[in-house]
Amino acid sequence: MKLITAILKPFKLDEVKEALQAAGINGMTVSEASGFGRQRGHTEVYRGAEYTVDLVPKIRLEVLVDDKDAASAVDVIVKTASTGSIGDGKVWTTPVEQVVRVRTGERGPDAI
Amino acid sequence: MDQVVLNGGDTAWMLASTALVLLMTPGLAFFYGGMVRTKSVLNMMMMSMVTIGIVSVLWVIYGFELAFGHSADSPWYGGIGLSGLGSQVDELTNNGGVYPIPVLVFAAFQLMFAIITPALISGAIADRAKFTSWAVFVAIWSTVVYFPVAHWVFAFGNKVGDVVTSTGYLAGKGVQDFAGGTAVHINAGAAGLALAIVLGKRIGWRKESMRPHSLPLVMLGAALLWFGWFGFNAGSSLAANGIAGLAFMNTQVATAGAVLGWLLVEKIRNGHATSLGAASGVVAGLVAITPACAFVAPWAAVVIGFIAGILCSLAVSIKYKLGFDDSLDVVGVHLVGGIWGSLAIGFFGTSVVNSVGLDGILYGGGTALLMKQLLGVGVVFAYSFIATLIIGYAIEKTIGFRVTREVEIEGIDLKEHAESAYELASSSRGGASL
Repeated sequence: MKLITAILKPFKLDEVKEALQAAGINGMTVSEASGFGRQRGHTEVYRGAEYTVDLVPKIRLEVLVDDKDAASAVDVIVKTASTGSIGDGKVWTTPVEQVVRVRTGERGPDAI
Repeated sequence: MDQVVLNGGDTAWMLASTALVLLMTPGLAFFYGGMVRTKSVLNMMMMSMVTIGIVSVLWVIYGFELAFGHSADSPWYGGIGLSGLGSQVDELTNNGGVYPIPVLVFAAFQLMFAIITPALISGAIADRAKFTSWAVFVAIWSTVVYFPVAHWVFAFGNKVGDVVTSTGYLAGKGVQDFAGGTAVHINAGAAGLALAIVLGKRIGWRKESMRPHSLPLVMLGAALLWFGWFGFNAGSSLAANGIAGLAFMNTQVATAGAVLGWLLVEKIRNGHATSLGAASGVVAGLVAITPACAFVAPWAAVVIGFIAGILCSLAVSIKYKLGFDDSLDVVGVHLVGGIWGSLAIGFFGTSVVNSVGLDGILYGGGTALLMKQLLGVGVVFAYSFIATLIIGYAIEKTIGFRVTREVEIEGIDLKEHAESAYELASSSRGGASL
């Protein structure tokens, strides 16, 4: 099993969510995040005082998938989230040792 | 002497104006509260609220007598005595002549000015003043600075027959300040500068972000101030008459001009017209037209406001060059706007719009009026700045004025008031038990 973590531009969330559902992936966890990569931050001006704001608002999307679905799910996310401009985000996968569904106690791929 | 009888229309307008001016102080609390960080918004608003409490009580006990009493016959103060105001219920207002409104209505109207002036100062020391020390400061400052200065500027004396006694120093010199450019705004601005120096910079000033936490609150505050200011300026006519109408119109158009002036500077300098700029422009325009609103024509009010917007938007950056943390720009807006508006009368003042007005430079009156205005600006600035430095350092050396480093970093709301303004996520607070 794999955990896919994707850092996305907030306005891309709905599109990515729908694309993943269309690809047969049901279930995800979404949280608001902030950070920066090569894009760096942005500038805000208050009464003439310029503030450089390092951290940019992002969405963190997490999906648990079976090993065989991992590559295609990553492809769907990357294809949908891409705008071609700097700051589109990143996607990475990490191996997952165990998954348990809380309600039934099912374990492993059955719990996904 | 003709018997003056109470006028219902004038009295009704003054009662409404008085309520309008009171609303400015909660409006100011929103204006300032939105500009600070989430950890100090309640303290910022509480500084205004406690000022309403303290000054109102002092006013009834001795404040009105000190500012507007006639017993001392002094240009420097009205009188010293525990008035309680109970004996004056049936009297009409006598301020350089008898007005057909009850003296208690006049006293209530002037009370609202006495409240907002110290409240304005609080913006200079955001995030870092001990609450009890602020309360002590408000009581002392009102007594030593505002009440006497109000007498200098606003007390036109007790007129009996042709004899006028107890006229305030600056009023007697012919300084024109219709609604408080000197007594309110220069006074508060100079005091704000002094307190910013006494308390010092906030931890992290110019290093970490101190962005306004809620610009919609700032906009709400600016809107309430604008609305209330019609009572402040048009009410200062003490009558529902043509001068009130002139002051009302000038208040509107000067403020509009200042919004445009401030936004224009921002657009040229930074490339963006900001909401904080618009809200700040509102206040800058209101401040600048305050002394001048009954002495200039509406076209001149637009010019005064527009220039105020430009001047103040540039002035708010001075603190970074000079290195004093006037946190919410009491100096840049109220001191600079107050000085500009007071001096502008020397240029734009005209007896055409007001029979008791004088002609300024543009109306062939020469520099005589401007010199009077300079006197008013200089006297009030010098007295307020020096007296506030002394009061501020006295409080700092005795009970302490500034909170500890720990309180300032963790947040003055939680430490001074045991409250936090916002519960943004219920999971972030854990359980609570009574």
